[in-house]
Amino acid sequence: MIKIDLRLFVTLSGYLPENNECFEIHGDTTVEKLVRDLGIPDGLVKLIFINGKREDRTYILKQGDRVGLFPPVGGG
Amino acid sequence: MEFKDRYDRNFNTFSPEEQKKLGASTVAIIGLGGLGGGVCEMLARVGIGRLILVDGDVFEASNLNRQVLSEERLMGVPKAEAARDRVRAVNSGIEVIHRIEFLDEKTLYETIKGSDVVMDCLDSIDTRFKLQDAAKKAGVPLVSGAIAGVTGQVTTIFPEDKGYALIYGEKSRKQGKGVETKTGNIAYCALFTAALQSSECVKIILNRGDILRNKLLIAELWTNLFEVMDLV
Repeated sequence: MIKIDLRLFVTLSGYLPENNECFEIHGDTTVEKLVRDLGIPDGLVKLIFINGKREDRTYILKQGDRVGLFPPVGGG
Repeated sequence: MEFKDRYDRNFNTFSPEEQKKLGASTVAIIGLGGLGGGVCEMLARVGIGRLILVDGDVFEASNLNRQVLSEERLMGVPKAEAARDRVRAVNSGIEVIHRIEFLDEKTLYETIKGSDVVMDCLDSIDTRFKLQDAAKKAGVPLVSGAIAGVTGQVTTIFPEDKGYALIYGEKSRKQGKGVETKTGNIAYCALFTAALQSSECVKIILNRGDILRNKLLIAELWTNLFEVMDLV
């Protein structure tokens, strides 16, 4: 198991698990699997940032990663 | 009004030469709602010499919570008209071109062609892609702001950059609105984001400071998170 620092933004915040800053997951988890495991509906996550850099859903999470997930923000 | 009096408090953050450069510049503001109204106000005061103001919409009551150009007496009045009047009232030295219409691909290009910077203050994702396409074709850098609730994001897209595909995904070309339909938009977040966009615009024109190119600044005001993320 590894621990990540998980942040969910705007409308995704309702899916934030307890202990999100030290959230435990399996070592081979992709972002896609994490999103599914959190119960976030398909298509709601538009932007994935790992340690301040944009990544794809196929990114395999590592110990200590800072993970930020964002829905589409388009208002003016 | 004397140049040195009007812009006295811009000095010496801007040099007189830089102030003149701003005065010789053209900026197109597309969308004159929460973001565009704030950008319009700030760029007029900063002293951009020529502003192209575009919005096909008229004011309604739901705009009053955040759109600085909206007033109770202006319900039903075109936003582009109110923006023109505001710029004239603040800085009569500015040349204003206002267009009361929703633009398509062709008219977007015709409208922004020749501008130094385009400000994307639109409220739908599909239209943002269209404006980006027009800006690329016209060879004009685009400063994008987007908001939902108390979250704001800003990025600057140059013609050769991937731009919105990195933020919304290429598949979102046809997506209408984002999550702002669920959160609404709060005044201080709209104006804060508009301020960051205005700052990007000035930096591009003056070729000074750090520009959010291939970067996305995200601000989340409940938690005071302010981060500049790398898009590439």
